[in-house]
Amino acid sequence: MCLGIPGRIVATVDVAGLLMGTVDFDGLTREVCLAYVPDARVGNYVIVHVGFAISLVDEAEAHRTLEMLRSMGASLEAEL
Amino acid sequence: MRYLDEYRDPALARRLLDEIHTTAIRPWTLMEVCGGQTHTIVRQGIDTLLPAGLRMIHGPGCPVCVTPLELIDKALAVAARPEVVFTSYGDMLRVPGTGTDLLALRARSCDVRVVYSPLDAVRLAERHPDRQVVFFAVGFETTAPANAMAVLRAHQLRLPNFSVLVSHVLVPPAMTALLDAPDRRVQGFLAAGHVCAVMGWTEYEPIAHRYQVPVVVTGFEPLDLLEGVLMAVRQLEAGHARVENQYARAVHRDGNVRAREAIRRVFRVCDRAWRGIGTIPDSGLALADEFARYDAETRFDVAGLTAREHPACIAGDILTGAREPTDCTAYGAACTPRTPLGAPMVSTEGTCAAYHSAGRAAGPFPVVLPAPVRSS
Ligand code: SF4
Repeated sequence: MCLGIPGRIVATVDVAGLLMGTVDFDGLTREVCLAYVPDARVGNYVIVHVGFAISLVDEAEAHRTLEMLRSMGASLEAEL
Repeated sequence: MRYLDEYRDPALARRLLDEIHTTAIRPWTLMEVCGGQTHTIVRQGIDTLLPAGLRMIHGPGCPVCVTPLELIDKALAVAARPEVVFTSYGDMLRVPGTGTDLLALRARSCDVRVVYSPLDAVRLAERHPDRQVVFFAVGFETTAPANAMAVLRAHQLRLPNFSVLVSHVLVPPAMTALLDAPDRRVQGFLAAGHVCAVMGWTEYEPIAHRYQVPVVVTGFEPLDLLEGVLMAVRQLEAGHARVENQYARAVHRDGNVRAREAIRRVFRVCDRAWRGIGTIPDSGLALADEFARYDAETRFDVAGLTAREHPACIAGDILTGAREPTDCTAYGAACTPRTPLGAPMVSTEGTCAAYHSAGRAAGPFPVVLPAPVRSS
């Protein structure tokens, strides 16, 4: 129950005061409660646990990390 | 899929491994707290690719595993009642109680249903006003916001037939208990990224400082784990003990403020028994007084039930990283994922199940340590 994987929000809807959304996990869509990520918009990636989005994935931060890892490898190779 | 494929890039993983091999000069022992991380580590063989002196030990972070046996027995007692629709995550159905499990009860036509989210259980209660719908609310800080919202929703809808059987546990007190143990072996932690997505990491700062252990908030993909290991090792080699955040794409210092508020409103901190470990002070969540009427333990009068573990099972040692599954005499023989004796063999996040599904043989596990790959 704990392996949250990122999914992409494809729709949002208000269900009697509760913000819900449809989230696409690589082709598999699921209904997800978005009450804890009220800033989430269609197109955003979220990390979902037991039907609740608990975190928005920061795309800039995701790319920054990958770039850092890539450049780390490059500088290592330059040293060798 | 974005942010999955990229964080599984084998070429980058190789670079990170090389960097770890260059950085780790002295022997160190790191613990990954979360069962989801244990699975990635064991399935990908990450632990076997690390330098010889660098050990990963597996922590108590599997929600199914740490739910105490007596809570399972309470769940069974509640689920056996004819007026009850008992709802739970699928993993919990196979956890053996003293005499049986929820799956067997279901086969005996008790109304036990698997739900994907606690809100599904609330919906069932709305749809079946003549039944008592009970949700088995287990897990760490990651599932607590969902369960808090289910209670708030039932409260808002004034549902008299919804209740929760609560067995929530909290990570920081468990880390403190491990660090206070006389045979403490953990020198650094990879903290579970998703727990921190909810709670942030401020609670880890006094722990890192007081016990002088690095704590690295880490994600769940292979690259996340390797980078988390590297960050922890860099700190250890430099003599630092700070909280660092590897999982910046999903975790902020204060976590998810709304989720924390919901947890604070619905629950209160309590002492909690951990399966195989025992009671840890202030390590759990129970319903706050305002929501006490949603407590299934009192509604169905099962609060007094107690239980005893299977004598062969060394789950306590497994969950504290003191021993490995392959040290257990029942591992792979009397205890398999099809016939689990203890909780760590049941859940897909359990350490025993992780070892078993990776095909690790019983007896001392031969760790093959390849030399670091250098491009020169
Ligand atoms: S192998 Fe089975 S009996 Fe042994 S510790 Fe793991 S769960 Fe318990």
